[in-house]
Amino acid sequence: MSGKVLQLSQKMPAARRRQIAPNGVIGITVFCLTETMFFAGLISAHTLFRMQTTATDGWPPPGQPRLPIEETALNSAALLASGVFLFVAHQRYRAAASTAMRPMLASLFLGAFFVIFQGVEWVALLGEGLTMTSSAHGGFFYLIVGMHAIHAAAGLLVLGWAYLRLRRAELVLSQLLTVEIFWYFVVLLWPILYWRVYL
Amino acid sequence: MAEPAQESESHGAEDHGHGHDDHHQESWFIHYCWSTDHKMIAMQYMFTGMAMAIIGGFMAYVFRMQLAFPGIEVPGFGQVSPTEYNSLVTNHGAIMIFWVAMPVLIAAFGNYLIPLMLGCDDMVFPRLNRLSYQIFLISAIVLLGSFFVEGGAFGGAWTAYPPLSSKAEYNMTPLGAPLWVIAVGLEFVAFLLGGINFVTTAMNSRAPGMKMFDIPIVIWMIVIASILFMASVGPLIAGAIMLVFDQTAGTGFFDPDKGGDPVLWQHLFWFFGHPEVYVVLLPAVGIVAEIITVFSRKKLFGYKTVIFTALATGLLSFFVWAHHQFISGIDPRMANVFTVTTVLISVPIAEMMFVYIATLYGGSIRLTTPMLWALSFIFAFIIGGVTGIFLGASGSDIYFHDTYFVLAHFHYTFYPIAILSVFAGVTYWYPKMFGTMLNETLGKIHFWLTFIPYNCIFIPLFMLGLGGQHRRIWSYENFPELARPEYYALREFATISLVIMLLAQFIFIFNFFWSLKSGKKAGANPWKACTLEWTTDQTPPGHGNWKELPTCYRGPYEFSVPGREKDYWPQNEPEPEPEPSAS
Ligand code: HEM
Ligand SMILES: [Cu+2]
Repeated sequence: MSGKVLQLSQKMPAARRRQIAPNGVIGITVFCLTETMFFAGLISAHTLFRMQTTATDGWPPPGQPRLPIEETALNSAALLASGVFLFVAHQRYRAAASTAMRPMLASLFLGAFFVIFQGVEWVALLGEGLTMTSSAHGGFFYLIVGMHAIHAAAGLLVLGWAYLRLRRAELVLSQLLTVEIFWYFVVLLWPILYWRVYL
Repeated sequence: MAEPAQESESHGAEDHGHGHDDHHQESWFIHYCWSTDHKMIAMQYMFTGMAMAIIGGFMAYVFRMQLAFPGIEVPGFGQVSPTEYNSLVTNHGAIMIFWVAMPVLIAAFGNYLIPLMLGCDDMVFPRLNRLSYQIFLISAIVLLGSFFVEGGAFGGAWTAYPPLSSKAEYNMTPLGAPLWVIAVGLEFVAFLLGGINFVTTAMNSRAPGMKMFDIPIVIWMIVIASILFMASVGPLIAGAIMLVFDQTAGTGFFDPDKGGDPVLWQHLFWFFGHPEVYVVLLPAVGIVAEIITVFSRKKLFGYKTVIFTALATGLLSFFVWAHHQFISGIDPRMANVFTVTTVLISVPIAEMMFVYIATLYGGSIRLTTPMLWALSFIFAFIIGGVTGIFLGASGSDIYFHDTYFVLAHFHYTFYPIAILSVFAGVTYWYPKMFGTMLNETLGKIHFWLTFIPYNCIFIPLFMLGLGGQHRRIWSYENFPELARPEYYALREFATISLVIMLLAQFIFIFNFFWSLKSGKKAGANPWKACTLEWTTDQTPPGHGNWKELPTCYRGPYEFSVPGREKDYWPQNEPEPEPEPSAS
């Protein structure tokens, strides 16, 4: 789907078809809404579990290592900054496409930093005995954070693709928007997960 | 497709797997298995769905034989062990819902009709569409393959409640259980891709002039159903991932020993499960709307009412799920709330049925085969809906739950949906799909030999359910109350009716293939309908559907408009002008 959506062709009848928004934008929006429900399912399951555990054993469940709240707060800031840079890239793109390259690269690096740092954190936690099978607590932690990490990794891939197209001056606005919507989804979802899972 | 299609015409096939290759020689494989044409993908979905229906029907035959005549050698299968019985029942249900109703109603009719009824040349994401079918096919293969792995196919019911589904010690299908969940998960991904396509196409690719309320009801319904599906499936995918982890990695999401909670699965499942019944219902009522208007030559009574009731039902369907869990140990106060919401949801559905009946009232009704199927849908579905109210009232459900009353209830809802409306749709659009007419006589024989036995199967099951017969029991011999001869008589009656009904399907299969070759040529618009799919230059429509894409001038059901010569007014016909001029 290239972005030159306004082009008419000889096959068009006189009255125009109305496009509400570029196809890619609608498609990715619908997809992100589904994903929102997916994470809502995970979060509400976790919330129920947390309420039950808090009532019986207290929270965090006894015998489980403490989650690295502070380090992850820092890391979360990196992810949020990545979103901000993408927004800046968008603004610059509208002014002059080539000037968007720098902020986009910054966004990519910050996003990659987030994913890698999460991995490092996981290795530490595994060492402390928090595993998927050690308890439902561990299971939820790795499941929810892991699912987000998969989305972040996928988001980085499409961001990288968009960056390469931008460098070759091939990126059109609808593509940038499509990628952006997905990345904002990944970025904005995280604080909620952080609040529910870590705090 | 709207602009993007034009784009791919002038810029080469970017999102369009094959540009205009019907001018070239294409290989058999590319044409039938690698096509991105929405009509071909629709056919793939339809034939796969029908093949699965035959498999699912065969399963029903096997376990009904065991129920009526415990312990016999079932012809074509052999003796049915309890384990086999369980996996047959489980997979029968799963197949009929996920591999028959969903692919045929949503994917096949959706793919076929959306571009044709909206007046565009293809879906907006054709390659995503092809991928959707391929994932669907893989999911079907995984499901059927699970019958041949060690331990056999999963037998813990289509609702897959843990701990039965999560622990191999209990279900004794260490491979079958995870494969089943994975198959269902893949199927969801396929429909997610399809749904994105449907929604985007309906928003962006309508023929010029086609306003929101000029869209045929069936398209509205398929799109609303896709949205419902996508909004409800997320939590179940989350649950399915948790379940697979519990099964294979030893996590404890649903395991109380590890701090998990088995009822959590029930919430995640039914949060999806109840909207899902409307996901398949809505396309079915959409198909019926198209047919009853055409064959009573009347405008749909309350076009907007149907859309608003569908939206209301869709919304409400997210707040009724716990009516499946009245005896799962949920808080009784919650049961009250869910009783109220369940009774509420019957209101819009009942309203929709009244709209249909009002549409028929005073029309000049022609009882063609599609019309018979459509009318039988309304009849059967009303029984299904009315019995649902008894189940929705928590007081009576405590008795009915898990009896054959529930089973008969949902066969009076699902069967009209997955079978009656599908036959209605297939017989109605067959002339457009294949260019010939089905034989009406054979069609009517097939109808009666399906519809009468169908009622003979499930009315006895209502009675058995009222008598207390529980579901999912391999043999009632150990339950003296349920092993009385009069109960066996009812079971045998139901089973024999089933066999007759299944045999009658050969008439349809014969008619289908015979008419392909020898049926009367259909012409572009054999039923004299108004919607755009009947206006294509060729029948069946060629690649790209129209040489010149149509423009839409009016709503889809302009039948018997006073003062007009013809009793129908196609959507693409310009308003008559005082001076006949080429506009
Ligand atoms: C008029 C609206 C409906 C109402 C009030 C209603 C109510 C109910 C209730 C309360 C149950 C739970 C019974 C129990 O397990 O004890 C139930 C079961 C069921 N219903 Fe409905 N229903 C309605 C429409 C439908 C439709 C349209 C479908 C299908 C397309 C459907 C399919 C099912 C299925 C499959 C089950 C059984 C699930 C299982 O346990 O395996 N229902 N219904
Ligand atoms: Cu329900």
